[in-house]
Amino acid sequence: MDKTILTVENISKNFGGVAAIVRVSFELQEGELLGIIGPNGSGKTTLVNLLTGFVKPDSGTVIYQGRNITGKMPYKIAELGIARTFQMVKPFYQLSAFKNLIIPLYSSRVKKLRGGKYGDRDDVAIDLLEDVGFERDSFVPYKIASSLPHGYLKRLELARCLALRPDLLILDELFSGMSMSEVASTLPIIEKLNAEGLSIIMVEHRLKELFRIAHRVIALNFGAKIADGPPRTMMENEAVKAAYLGSEDED
Amino acid sequence: MKYRKERLDRGIKARCEDIFALSSYKEISYLLFPRVLPVAILLILPLLQGVIGLYWEKVLMITCMIALLALSWDLMASVGLISLGQALFFGTGAYITGYLNFAFKLPPILTIPLGTIGGALFSTLLLLPVLRLRGVYFAIVTLTMPLLLSRFIETTKILGGTEGMSALSPLPNIWVELYVPVFALLICLFGFRRLINEDYGLVLQGIRDNDRAVMSGAINIYWFKAQAVFIAGIAGAFAGAFMTHYYRFVGMPAFAMDYSILPLTAAVLGGVGTFAGPTIGAFILMPLSESLRAVGTLRVVFYSAILIICVVGLPEGIFHYLRRKYHQFERMVDVG
Ligand SMILES: Nc1ncnc2c1ncn2[C@@H]1O[C@H](COP(=O)(O)OP(=O)(O)OP(=O)(O)O)[C@@H](O)[C@H]1O
Ligand SMILES: [Mg+2]
Repeated sequence: MDKTILTVENISKNFGGVAAIVRVSFELQEGELLGIIGPNGSGKTTLVNLLTGFVKPDSGTVIYQGRNITGKMPYKIAELGIARTFQMVKPFYQLSAFKNLIIPLYSSRVKKLRGGKYGDRDDVAIDLLEDVGFERDSFVPYKIASSLPHGYLKRLELARCLALRPDLLILDELFSGMSMSEVASTLPIIEKLNAEGLSIIMVEHRLKELFRIAHRVIALNFGAKIADGPPRTMMENEAVKAAYLGSEDED
Repeated sequence: MKYRKERLDRGIKARCEDIFALSSYKEISYLLFPRVLPVAILLILPLLQGVIGLYWEKVLMITCMIALLALSWDLMASVGLISLGQALFFGTGAYITGYLNFAFKLPPILTIPLGTIGGALFSTLLLLPVLRLRGVYFAIVTLTMPLLLSRFIETTKILGGTEGMSALSPLPNIWVELYVPVFALLICLFGFRRLINEDYGLVLQGIRDNDRAVMSGAINIYWFKAQAVFIAGIAGAFAGAFMTHYYRFVGMPAFAMDYSILPLTAAVLGGVGTFAGPTIGAFILMPLSESLRAVGTLRVVFYSAILIICVVGLPEGIFHYLRRKYHQFERMVDVG
């Protein structure tokens, strides 16, 4: 845990008049599991979009594995090994869960990593679905995605990311919309991936679950970083408490 | 007592979406029949010159051309690119073919393939900068492209200007005139159907459904869109290339609105996204439009009325309707 995989320096993004991200900097070590928290609208998704190229920053830089990836196209960034889930799930609704995975498996990144092997893609896709908790020997993997419950779609998002064999996995509120039991069965999957050395950034509203597995947590409020430290320090942090209380007052 | 209509999937279809377990001769023929029959009809039609007459043979040929443009339209639609300018492919294919024959006296056997590939390439390069646009924005750009090119030819007077280029080499004989379009259509139809069901085609469909998710799967969607436009362009430019030698003329009508609107109408009428649908659409639309010539100026009124009735009555398209009927049977059940 001493090699830096990601360095974010003074990154900022404005949408019209809204400052979504304000001069945020942080580092991520290889194998680290970093949590990102913050009240609604604090800029978490925007930060994920900035890291993955879906939104171009106004200023600041993102260095990944020693490469400057600021403002690169999303598919280039994915090709370099950063996979992300979408908070609003984005499956291919008209394809089966199984065929949803064929698409990332078809990318040149995966073909290269798998040494040009492609013929066994069906097995790979089924294995991936099993890894995220699809019942292998049922009809579920072959059901058209639009007919699957939300929790399955969330896990399909995860499988789509894992198909890329990423070096950095970014999860944007993976647990939102999952049932308690789904969260309970997905947590160990993430812990296992992390234990195997995968670096993970996890944006999450379910603080209890997040704090159990995260090594470090960053808190955002109004687009700015207000805290950075181990999970146990978060609940005592005055700035974090104020941010969450403030947002609860508004509701 | 109330009755309700009940629809049941025939057993073979219900098993699985795309894995068929064929167990009997009957089931095989059940699956093959709707594929083999149209192919057989298409292959036999050119032989029936004595029965249906040369005029209707020509209609067959032009129908194949519009069907090719409709297939081309459908392929673009399967990556989410809605084209209002299929005439771009037709016109560029036609002009390149015509020019090669006019200026260098190359024979049709060379000009048609060169015009096909050249037209597809040229159109793809023109559309490259706008592949980022989506929906109606892309559609509008494609609508203007053929207009733009024909105005360009008109004002610069290149490539024959408003006169066009005439006295081009004819096609060798009537068999070439009839069978080349038929085979081109069959190759294109079955080729595209195959392509879209391959993994490559899944990526294309993924781009249509959700381009951001495809991008986050490390796939360069613009490269795939460009490839799809090129492949679609091949089908469209071939139609233009072939017609140039058939008419022995190429001019500004090659960019006419008809070549954009007819394929689009055929696709919508027949059923978008299936390739078979747009082909069926063309085979209804074109003969219909020809037979309405008899009613003179009222033709457009009849034509539009029939189209509206079809589209309102079968919004899913004729092909989807036929396919559903073929795979299901209905019966009345007593519900109380
Ligand atoms: N594409 C956009 N255009 C304009 N404003 C945007 C855009 N995306 C985000 N914003 C604004 O930026 C701010 C941060 O939004 P963001 O979605 O990043 O918050 P979040 O922390 O992910 O919230 P949540 O917890 O609800 O997911 C909000 O005020 C939002 O309205
Ligand atoms: Mg968010």
